[in-house]
Amino acid sequence: MSETVLDVRDLEAGYEPGVPIVRGASITVGRGEIVVVLGPNGAGKSSFIKAIAGLVPITGGTVLLDGRDITAAPAHTMVRLGLAFVPQTENIFPLMSVEDNLRVACGILERREVPVRIEEMYAAFPDLVRQRRTAACNLSGGQRQMLAVARALIIHPKVLVLDEPSAGLSPKFVSTVFEMLAGIRKSGVTILLVEQNAKAALAIGDRAYVLVEGKDRHEGVASELWNDPVVAELYLGQRPSQAGKGGAA
Amino acid sequence: MSLQFIVDGLLTGSMIGLGAIGVTLTYSILRFSNFAHGDFMAWGSYATLAMVSAIGATFGKVAPIGPLSFGWPLLVALVVGMAFTTLLALLLDKVLFSRLRSQGQAIIVVMASFGASMALRSLLEFTFTSRPTYFSRAIQIAMPVGFGIRITPDQIALLLLTAVLVHGVHLLMTRTQTGRSMQALSQNAALARIVGIDVASVVRVTWIIGGALACVAGVMIGILVQIRPFMGFDMLLPMFAAAILGGIGSIPGAVLGGLIIGLAEAGAVQLIGAEWRAAVSFIILMAVLFVRPIGLFGVRER
Repeated sequence: MSETVLDVRDLEAGYEPGVPIVRGASITVGRGEIVVVLGPNGAGKSSFIKAIAGLVPITGGTVLLDGRDITAAPAHTMVRLGLAFVPQTENIFPLMSVEDNLRVACGILERREVPVRIEEMYAAFPDLVRQRRTAACNLSGGQRQMLAVARALIIHPKVLVLDEPSAGLSPKFVSTVFEMLAGIRKSGVTILLVEQNAKAALAIGDRAYVLVEGKDRHEGVASELWNDPVVAELYLGQRPSQAGKGGAA
Repeated sequence: MSLQFIVDGLLTGSMIGLGAIGVTLTYSILRFSNFAHGDFMAWGSYATLAMVSAIGATFGKVAPIGPLSFGWPLLVALVVGMAFTTLLALLLDKVLFSRLRSQGQAIIVVMASFGASMALRSLLEFTFTSRPTYFSRAIQIAMPVGFGIRITPDQIALLLLTAVLVHGVHLLMTRTQTGRSMQALSQNAALARIVGIDVASVVRVTWIIGGALACVAGVMIGILVQIRPFMGFDMLLPMFAAAILGGIGSIPGAVLGGLIIGLAEAGAVQLIGAEWRAAVSFIILMAVLFVRPIGLFGVRER
């Protein structure tokens, strides 16, 4: 495996003291990899990834980014440390234009660099160029997701962290979003994502973890996990694809 | 009907509008109605008056600028007063609002601001008595400008000052990273943190803008009307009506709302009598909430 960028060890996190949702989860993400975190509904996937981004209080364990301890770093310092997070929903500023959505995320860039990076994002996401003056709330579901990802990428993050990028999208847009992520990885960006849509995520991922009851229970190469009987069992006896359709209870 | 109400209305509207900017920013960014905002006006006015007196004691009598009723000491004192009001707002936030805000219940913060409002007002009464006072007792001659309208040099200067300040704040909000951060925080606080915005510093800027403009509005009232401990509290309803009429969070909306209410008040005084003045903002507020609760410049999401 390549050099480790993100190293999460024995993470414990939860909104209320004494009620951990994440209970000792460990993962590593190597440079240039796409790592997928799967798990049945209520496994704590979302809390796990939000805790890494500084949005859920961490009660134990460590998060290292390029060897630096970022466990206690406040959420607003994460972009400066090199971690860009894309939330599952409400991941754009609805009343600001597309361009202002990008620009407001450029706080850590040099002033000269801002217009350059914005043009680079338009080049990477041509759909957004025509809408640059449009209020972001008028974008389609797929375009919103593109804007949210562009907004995260604009600061050259060391790792891009996404919470269920396909959630709430129509099937047509789901494939668009995963093609987009595969393309981003080709440009050298490291990606960690949590997904319900196991089949699509494993198709683009390098490695994957299965999170159950707030703990990492299984790990493997993405392409092999799809037929791994252990994974099916962890998904309460269902195949991941069925769980991915929201069937896990 | 005399058209003089237009000048009177625009002046009242400017004071309301400058105050409403602070109200609308606090409401949209800090998510509570700050009932102490009017008292920032009064404190700003008294601080400026104290500074004018201090300068007068040091430099003796200073001649006014051209046809205006005031000289450079008032301008210097205004800047000091703005800084003072800003510090007062920041201090109040630090010792009171920020602690309650972290508990996450807006109504508690609103009630606290009500208490702070009474405390601030009483402190002014205690220190300066409730007797009205003035920046200048000189009487200015109003110049006729046609259509039966008369305007004093002070009034022209203050209308221009309002226009410059409002334009400046609008540019700040739309063209600078600070302004975009403020918009971002008002639209989605969690995402604002994710994109790297330091909420604490945006909150500070919000108080600085609101406090400084409140002071200017207070000094305007002091120059054109009089200085009293209740001067800001009496502006509270028109300011909230203006902020809601314009659409919460909108700077141009707050100012336009202020001008509309100012003109409506002045028109009502002429048409149906001065005793109805206070009812005007209330009627406009009710009408907006019934007909278009998001206000003139408000935008429905999605």
